[in-house]
Amino acid sequence: MTIDSIQNGIVLDHIRAGRAMKLYHYLELDKLDCTVAIMKNVKSNKYGKKDILKIDDDNVDINLDVIGYIDPDITVSIIKDGKTIEKKQVEAPEKLINVVKCMNPRCITTTEQEIDQIFKLTDRATRTYRCAYCESKLKEK
Amino acid sequence: MRHVIDPMDLSVAEVDELLALADDIIKDKSRYAEVCHGKKLATLFFEPSTRTRLSFEAAMMELGGNVLGFSEAASSSAAKGESVGDTVRVVSCYADIIAMRHPKEGAPMMASMKSLVPIINAGDGGHNHPTQTLTDILTIHREKGRLDNLTIGCCGDLMFGRTVHSLIKAMSRYENVKFILISPEELKIPSYIKTEVLKKQNIEYEEVTSLEEAIPKLDILYMTRVQRERFFNEADYVRLKDSYILDKAKLKGASKDLAILHPLPRVNEISTEVDNDPRAKYFDQALNGKYIRMALIMKLLGLSI
Repeated sequence: MTIDSIQNGIVLDHIRAGRAMKLYHYLELDKLDCTVAIMKNVKSNKYGKKDILKIDDDNVDINLDVIGYIDPDITVSIIKDGKTIEKKQVEAPEKLINVVKCMNPRCITTTEQEIDQIFKLTDRATRTYRCAYCESKLKEK
Repeated sequence: MRHVIDPMDLSVAEVDELLALADDIIKDKSRYAEVCHGKKLATLFFEPSTRTRLSFEAAMMELGGNVLGFSEAASSSAAKGESVGDTVRVVSCYADIIAMRHPKEGAPMMASMKSLVPIINAGDGGHNHPTQTLTDILTIHREKGRLDNLTIGCCGDLMFGRTVHSLIKAMSRYENVKFILISPEELKIPSYIKTEVLKKQNIEYEEVTSLEEAIPKLDILYMTRVQRERFFNEADYVRLKDSYILDKAKLKGASKDLAILHPLPRVNEISTEVDNDPRAKYFDQALNGKYIRMALIMKLLGLSI
């Protein structure tokens, strides 16, 4: 199966197989009007299988923190006139703001309306995030 | 502006400074009687508490300051549906410093983001209670004259006891402190305390089930309550409950310099016959709670004599 290369847009490559849809939702790509291609289980020499997302619009504002949180090994390439003009480095962000919700039922975020959901990176080696309020470990990834 | 939300918000040097100030207050209270004149402490207690609220209020009064606030959510605007953030924002217009207790974990942290004045966490659910930890540290320091080279036994419910978790974290910052963790199998210390605090910092510890066997090795015995509701079945509770009740018989093998601490309230985990033993320090500890809160209020308000 072939999917055309894009002329102007963004390519998210080296997504761990099976994570493209999660990334699609976290990045809210469903809200875009442009063409978005989701490629699952693409053959990869490095990983065996990988996922790829192609966004056919180079003006889209991609939240790199979300990508760094999901998987800092994902590569982000900006394509202009069919050529890669920039590769963005992503890394696990120090803070995640309003990306995920605290699941601790005893946390203040469950009752206090309209406060930011904030998670802090407490261990970069294990990419452990904890709620800034109750310090519960973020389990979902 | 400085808040104290977590016991580890204060550096070792800052804790030392607070201990020295508390000791000085104890030495001559009259010198501090007017230091907070014209200042107001708001005690925002969204759930009832006896010792903590009263010791904060007594602390501010002894510093010559005034106190306002509420002692349960029902008598606050929370009953009308106001958010905690709004309540704190408004109260911070009326007071110079706020001590806050809330059943939800992280509520004081959120309050610190909204407040115009310093926030002291006076307990947020099962999460943090930094002034209790400071109270414990002051008591250990006053009783032993040091915070290093100590063997500390923590006994009872080590799984859910937030005071024990905070004490272990705080005391792990001092040299050659060893912990003996005494609990039933069902209530052992959570694994994250072992991996993220004790093992990470190479701190010597042992986990045991017998209080009698551990007691001769201890400089400090920190008692907590084994609660019936923590057990899956009644039979286990009945079998174990007496093993963790401190009485004169269990104290036989203890050192004469042992200091027995308890965050209180006590139910039956320390027999009242121990109260008159010179090693029982839990009521002194409650008194120390007032002095360390006086020191903390002064520090956060930037006041000195």
